[in-house]
Amino acid sequence: MSRIVASGLGAVSSAGWGIDPLLAAIDAGAVPALSEFERATTDGGMIRTKVARVPKLEDRARLPRDPRLRRASAVGKFAAAAVYEALGPERFEAVRSGRVRLGVVCTMMNGCVNYSNRFFGEVLADPATASPILFPETVYNAPSSHLSAVTRCSAPNDTLVGDGAEFFTGLELAAEWLERGDCDLCAVVSPEEADWLSAEAMNYYSPRMIPSEGAGAVVLELDGDGPRLLAVPDAVNYADEPDRPAALDRVWKDMGVDDDGSVLWADGRVGVARFDAAENSIPWTGPRFSLRTVLGESLGASASLQTVAALAKLRRGDARKAVVTAVGGNEGVGGALWSAS
Amino acid sequence: MAYRADSSPAEKHRPVVITGAGIVTSMGRGMAENADGFRAGRTAFREVDLFDVSHQRTRTAGQALLPERPAGIGARAWERMDRGTRLATFAAREALEESGIAGRMPVIIGTSAGAMPLGEAFFRHAMAGERRGQFRRVECYQPQRQLTAMMRELGVAGPLRIISNACASGANAIGHAFHLVREGKAERVLAGGYDGLAQLVFSGFDSLQALSPGGIPRPFDARRDGLAIGEGAGFVVVESLDSARARGAKVRAGVLGYGAATDVHHLTQPNPEGDAALITMTAATRMAGLDPEDIDYINSHGTGTPLNDVAEAAAVRRWAGKSVGGVKLSSTKSSIGHLLGGAGAVESVICLMTLEGQWLPGSLNVREVDPVVEFDLVREPREAEVRHVLTNSFGFGGANATLVFGKEVPA
Repeated sequence: MSRIVASGLGAVSSAGWGIDPLLAAIDAGAVPALSEFERATTDGGMIRTKVARVPKLEDRARLPRDPRLRRASAVGKFAAAAVYEALGPERFEAVRSGRVRLGVVCTMMNGCVNYSNRFFGEVLADPATASPILFPETVYNAPSSHLSAVTRCSAPNDTLVGDGAEFFTGLELAAEWLERGDCDLCAVVSPEEADWLSAEAMNYYSPRMIPSEGAGAVVLELDGDGPRLLAVPDAVNYADEPDRPAALDRVWKDMGVDDDGSVLWADGRVGVARFDAAENSIPWTGPRFSLRTVLGESLGASASLQTVAALAKLRRGDARKAVVTAVGGNEGVGGALWSAS
Repeated sequence: MAYRADSSPAEKHRPVVITGAGIVTSMGRGMAENADGFRAGRTAFREVDLFDVSHQRTRTAGQALLPERPAGIGARAWERMDRGTRLATFAAREALEESGIAGRMPVIIGTSAGAMPLGEAFFRHAMAGERRGQFRRVECYQPQRQLTAMMRELGVAGPLRIISNACASGANAIGHAFHLVREGKAERVLAGGYDGLAQLVFSGFDSLQALSPGGIPRPFDARRDGLAIGEGAGFVVVESLDSARARGAKVRAGVLGYGAATDVHHLTQPNPEGDAALITMTAATRMAGLDPEDIDYINSHGTGTPLNDVAEAAAVRRWAGKSVGGVKLSSTKSSIGHLLGGAGAVESVICLMTLEGQWLPGSLNVREVDPVVEFDLVREPREAEVRHVLTNSFGFGGANATLVFGKEVPA
């Protein structure tokens, strides 16, 4: 029997930088102010897309100081800020000085779209002058690489790519590393950045979804203080079970969730009936919240922000247990069950 | 795989073996064509015709001949697969066929670019304001969608884990599979890596001036001038020895050790002394219960860039110590190029070929060996006794991974 706890939480969202604005927005159900991406097409048209963006960073102390972050795109900075908050300054220094080994698991769906968009635009214009500074920041693992670099830690660092339920696979992998002793702490972080390209892409799925961005980070460790991880069942892949309600039902049963009023459900509903059908099919009378309907759909980051908000509510004493779920768009269903202590 | 607080971690490790392997590269389609090519010391580069390279410094790559739709793969599914996923499907199918198994098993796959060409197409149409076909492009651009479709076509069902640690991804995927089987979390795992050629990636390496202008990579040559991009896929079925024996499967090799670490020196440049590579090589050989003297062949990361080869040579020297002169090492990237997210898996499969055939592939086209080389650089294919092999993979962002395989079944 092992005891893995979330000993630190961090968040960057359309509600602001940090856990406090995240919780405040969810408690109030307050949808943040929307902005617009506006861009011209080559045929002279204009396309505008509404988006819930992360507000401008006002407090520089929320980001660790390191040259690696100077050229990093927004997605790298979101990841760094969320993990920095989750570690706290003392543990950050302990990792940086080599006293504590920090593993990093970064899960993403969209990846580093901003720099990829810019770089490919340059390639099409003239590949001979495409910027060598942009290209390295286009790879999926650039944000996680920056995290290891700013903490100066050579412990394992993996980037996992998947749909909106990938964060739970990240939790599984972190638990594996901690139990094996590959690291002392493990940060599981899921950052995403908004960009006109991805925002327009999301509109093809439903114009009712508001594209968003941000990052949620959970620092896990063995035997510390904080909400305890009880279960992360195997994600159910759609190659195995294509029916989404049935896939969610398998994950739900694997977690052994009780609907007794003491369990908080942080679901993955987005406010579009066909995407929410699976989670609507689970009978539930207990407390729940649907973060994506408040803060927008931030792809891979949403499940991490659901988790961070649920765990912050457990720390605050809102519930005895919390279950977090996400029904992914084209890979599978995942979830995790936590207790307050 | 699944975590439960009421379960105990494995206390005893199980022997892990490979029961199937598959490969496709510019050298050929399948194990036999590739083994013949590497054994004969062939190179497989040609002018890229998948996208416009007329304005690039380099115009050649290890472009593969795309396989025909394999039997059993639906025509509609094949049509919707991007180039990289087709390569992956071919190699994964070959591995499953040799292993004689499908059905329930986790799937762990490394890729760096995923279905990037479809993302590029989405971008081009978006720039023009065209909407027709865009939903399909954005949906099929996502690697998890592609690989879930691949699993369905191959009759494999289980959790899917896609690792994107740049050029170490494929090795990491096999390493993850090794741990899951070793610790009793899975009986078998389909693991591998792939990447197809993509304009963004090709242009990216060209922008960094990392591509050899002449198109011929010469790893560990004193005047090497860069790498060549390649494409392809390598897959293996990683299985517990007990499971393989119980179903009478042929055992290709043992998986003996795995090491992973992060090089924090620079986003694209390795630590010149190869610190992280030393960590992974040491960890993998220790896990295997071997000393450097026991390793009969190293398939190096060996990109042919000035910085990589210096760092890897330093790591090998530090790892092997006084016995460095006896270390036989080559880079098969000299034959097929750098397969990026697929490299670690493809090079693992090449290692399995060496164990089976008892030969070593060469680092081809080396004219003058770099003075940093203290090991025995294998410059042309040769016959050799091969019992234990090691393969290195290093990626952008500092992902380093080492795998050790053995001809003998682990105890």
